[in-house]
Amino acid sequence: MNKIPSALNLGLRRGTLEIKQFTRQRESVVFTLLFPLILLAIFGSVFKDTIAPGVTFSQYFVAGMVASGLVNSGFQQLAITIPMERDYGSLKRLRGTPMPVASYFIGKSILVFVSMILQVILLLAGGYFFFGLNMPTDASKWFTFSWLIILGTASSTILGIAFSVVPKSGRGASAVVSPVVIILQFFSGVFFIFTQLPSWMQQVAAIFPLKWLTQGMRSVFLPDSFAANEVAKSWETERTFLILVIWLVVGFFISLRTFKWSRE
Amino acid sequence: MNVIEVRGLRKSYASFEAVCGIDLTISKGEIFSLLGPNGAGKTTTVEILEGFRTRNAGEVKVLGFDPATQGRASREWRNRIGIVLQSTSDAGDLTVSETISHFAGYYSRPRNPEEVISAVGLDNKAKDLIRNLSGGQRRRLDVALGIIGSPELLFLDEPTTGFDPEARRAFWSLIDGLRNDGTTIVLTTHYLDEAEALADRVAVINHGQIIEVSTPMQLGGRSSSKALVQWRDNGELKSEETENPTALVSSLTTQFSGEIPELSVSRPSLEDIYLKMIGQANE
Repeated sequence: MNKIPSALNLGLRRGTLEIKQFTRQRESVVFTLLFPLILLAIFGSVFKDTIAPGVTFSQYFVAGMVASGLVNSGFQQLAITIPMERDYGSLKRLRGTPMPVASYFIGKSILVFVSMILQVILLLAGGYFFFGLNMPTDASKWFTFSWLIILGTASSTILGIAFSVVPKSGRGASAVVSPVVIILQFFSGVFFIFTQLPSWMQQVAAIFPLKWLTQGMRSVFLPDSFAANEVAKSWETERTFLILVIWLVVGFFISLRTFKWSRE
Repeated sequence: MNVIEVRGLRKSYASFEAVCGIDLTISKGEIFSLLGPNGAGKTTTVEILEGFRTRNAGEVKVLGFDPATQGRASREWRNRIGIVLQSTSDAGDLTVSETISHFAGYYSRPRNPEEVISAVGLDNKAKDLIRNLSGGQRRRLDVALGIIGSPELLFLDEPTTGFDPEARRAFWSLIDGLRNDGTTIVLTTHYLDEAEALADRVAVINHGQIIEVSTPMQLGGRSSSKALVQWRDNGELKSEETENPTALVSSLTTQFSGEIPELSVSRPSLEDIYLKMIGQANE
């Protein structure tokens, strides 16, 4: 008798299928991929100031938008679509097959990773051509960028899966999830300069990954001289890494324990 | 060999006992139908057998395996069963053939996707997006996904809801084909004619208990029950229940010269018997 396919193999197949399904929802593709660019256009046109020597607000904002992109395409997207899949009964149907839950998670991660990469390319290209965005030239900055994207995607995906048990129904999911994301964005210094926020907001934000992703992205897109303007007078790269890993691991165990295939 | 063995199964939700001590044995190659009104404990029982729900008490073996077990062994077990749930819908952004081929990849020895598509009569819809299918066509897709892994045991929950009579006949012959391949089938249905056409044995469940398990022909003493003879006499429709319909008909033949107007002899249908059983249980 043939063996049942491995969880990784099925995860890759699910990833391909998820991408295929995603690309067929045209409105959602256009919106997800272009939204950060639209926001950059709005904020870039309203705030033309220079916030530190050689640092425009657009430059600061791009770092925040890349970090937000990780939260939007992972956490927000999944915490809204998984409850819908659950309502449709398609999760229960998957539960009835030999496909393991790990493969489902891998498939979702692949979807988030691919849509994230497209989103970042569009955002950076748009920023570069229309808003005079400076690209990092240092290889070490691109290295930081890469692990932030990978770790950020992974933790955002897993936390989105974990949070998917919170909305009671697919219809209400968006109303539950979106405010959480928007508030986190305000608190984490995506729309405003982080150090100008009240300190209690900064402290609340420091518990969650978005603040660290945003700060990490600033370390990539802003000159190192700007590090002195941060709360800790440094980029805190190691701490960022550690906090993202902790969220990833915690999120993974919560997801495995609490994931619900059907509504009851 | 028994495919399903259940002893003393119990399940309650809060203070409500949905299943109160069910025993059930289903053997290999059998088509077994569970009948019962809504809320009788049918769905709970089936979902425990499918491994979707936990139980409070009792022993359950499905293909020699406890469905409540998790992990690797559970994957091996799911590889051998097929489940057609009551209602599944999704955004439908994939085509019929993409979906079926994808699901085929989950199993160790899947059927040929194209053959399965023909078997459920979706050949000319294979390239269509699922969202453009009618309700009955979606249901056939559900069935296709249930049998794609060539299961030894297939659960069918209300499989023909929304089918037109022709599609239902076509579905019945599909199920007959699976029976000939040796697939064991557990069928829950509200259509008594469907149970009668397909099932080798039926069980009637009410209030969380099994009232009777029998063949469709013998359920509720059906084979020995009185027959109903009807005819028209002087423009008036007459009917009589009798244990000896032959004797009655031959006495009528002497009464009428030639044809007896509008003569019919009928036994109670499975539905009549079922409704009587459920009615008695509710009193």
